[in-house]
Amino acid sequence: MFKARNYEFFRDKAAFGWNFLFPFLIIAGFGIIFGGGGYSGFKVGVFPAGTESPSRADLKLPRKFADTEHLEFIGFPTLEQGLERLQHHKIDFLVRQDSPAGQYWVLESSPRGYIVERLYQAGLIPEGAFIGEKIAVEGDAIRYIDWLFPGILAMNMMFSALWGVGYIIVRYRKNGVLKRLKATPLTAFEYMTAQALSRIFLLLFTLAIVWVGSDLLFSFRVAGSYLDLFIVFFIGAMSLTSIGLLLAARGTSEEFASGALNFIAWPMMFLSEVWFSLEGAPGWVKTLSQFLPLTHLLQAARKIMNDGATLLDVSGQCSAMLATTLACLVLGALLFSWNE
Amino acid sequence: MVPILEVRDLVKRYRTVNAVNGISFSIPRGICFGLLGPNGAGKTTALEVIEDIIPPTSGEVLYDGAPKSPSFREEVGIQFQHTSLLHFMTVRETLATFQKLYQKTESIDFLIDICRLRDIQGQMNNRISGGQAQRMMLALALVNKPKLLFLDEPSTGLDPQARRYLWDIILEIREKGKTIVLTTHSMDEAEYLCDDIAIMDHGRIIARGSPAELIRAHCSGGTISLPRANVTMNPADLPFPYREVNGWLDITVDQVNTGIEKLLAMHVDLNDMKVHSPNLEDVFLRLTGRSLRE
Repeated sequence: MFKARNYEFFRDKAAFGWNFLFPFLIIAGFGIIFGGGGYSGFKVGVFPAGTESPSRADLKLPRKFADTEHLEFIGFPTLEQGLERLQHHKIDFLVRQDSPAGQYWVLESSPRGYIVERLYQAGLIPEGAFIGEKIAVEGDAIRYIDWLFPGILAMNMMFSALWGVGYIIVRYRKNGVLKRLKATPLTAFEYMTAQALSRIFLLLFTLAIVWVGSDLLFSFRVAGSYLDLFIVFFIGAMSLTSIGLLLAARGTSEEFASGALNFIAWPMMFLSEVWFSLEGAPGWVKTLSQFLPLTHLLQAARKIMNDGATLLDVSGQCSAMLATTLACLVLGALLFSWNE
Repeated sequence: MVPILEVRDLVKRYRTVNAVNGISFSIPRGICFGLLGPNGAGKTTALEVIEDIIPPTSGEVLYDGAPKSPSFREEVGIQFQHTSLLHFMTVRETLATFQKLYQKTESIDFLIDICRLRDIQGQMNNRISGGQAQRMMLALALVNKPKLLFLDEPSTGLDPQARRYLWDIILEIREKGKTIVLTTHSMDEAEYLCDDIAIMDHGRIIARGSPAELIRAHCSGGTISLPRANVTMNPADLPFPYREVNGWLDITVDQVNTGIEKLLAMHVDLNDMKVHSPNLEDVFLRLTGRSLRE
């Protein structure tokens, strides 16, 4: 059964290709966006301007503001054109060049606009009036892509585990494959174990390929041990696969399975810090995120990759994932039906 | 000799419906036993309860004279009416996968030969035709050298040629001494393949015997078929049971000669008349007043 499921995976060329291509495209996309110099944090509209990309040197704005990093200046011929973009959140801030009064426009509801406004106001303060002591942080900075990379890998694992096990088993039940297997001496435990082992193997295989491919492009920084990282991903794969098995324990409706899988996957994607940190989020959101195995997988992987943590340092996260695995496997085995 | 299978007062109830309503029968070794009945008669449900796929509401099934043990699955082969296979595996790989699930197994080449799969053994399951898929399912049912083989409507959906091809394979398997239990709603199939038949209707067995016995017991005469236009009177006034099929009247008579005489006496036009011996369809009609195909 293990071999049979692997055959299915490797021979379904479309699904097989997508399993590798999807995470790689996301990583490559984010790498290009955040890795190069072309991306600016905030977009500032400037008018009147003869060109859409005015050079900073030509801007008739307070020099300190014009030289601020992470600002992208976009030129507009008229106020109306700039305002139209501002109202549609296509730019964060709009300022008139060469205005003695220093006129600017900002959406009151926009947090990004508020930040640029403060930068603009700071730019109006004369040189030397700044009070404060800057202390630069030494050492290699963790790039956003280094922080994001484990998130993309884990997210891909999650989707592959949930759909590759949950959805597929429901489909097999619906079209009678499981019923045919029930007529053999194969036990439910043996079948579920084969499915789980096959999926864990495929998840780690995919992970390795995507890792090698992405690493060639972005040279990811791994501060900790590769073996520890592998063990964390292995435990993570077990916990995510066991959730897939639990969801697939019963039911013959692919539509219902799809809904249930989305119900589990989407909160995990947004509350497990795949894309952004939950620092500053309400307490209940953080508490909720602690019930999701993806949170623990990502926390552990990032600690090892970015902070050089050891397996012992992430034993709490590993224990949470193992507990999820055990609970889901026991429940899944109790609830499993071949044909209902 | 202990029958290979014995079914006692088997009941399967779904909420308000009794799909199987207290059936009992036993099957001796080495025969092909048929459960014949129209769609919805309860054949498949009965078979799946016997196969241990769904639990009974009540009743008992004895295999080899004893309640079914875990070895039951090792010793029986099952072909379901509706099932599917893993799409991206070849015919040969699928057989090999199933072979690994059993202790005692048939060789793959034997299965490929007996089920005429040689030409398609390297093809993926999602690329084979309906008839090939049915033969493949039959090969899977034989993979564990079963003593008892269950076939649920094995030829459903096949064209006449593929059907006859499959029947010949089933006869060949029976000749190798295996006991076969099959369900069908096709009288041709039952007559061609079965040594012993139980006719089911509304979850009950309404008649049991060999095809010849059933016909002899329930339909001694024959059927006279006439174009409907030949009978100008109301057919209900005929002194025989009848049914209308596609512009023809099928009149069931106890004695063909006497029947023809009576029809002539009633001035029925006998041009284009056809006479045929009774078959299981007639037995079912006689027993239930309905056609098997209804």
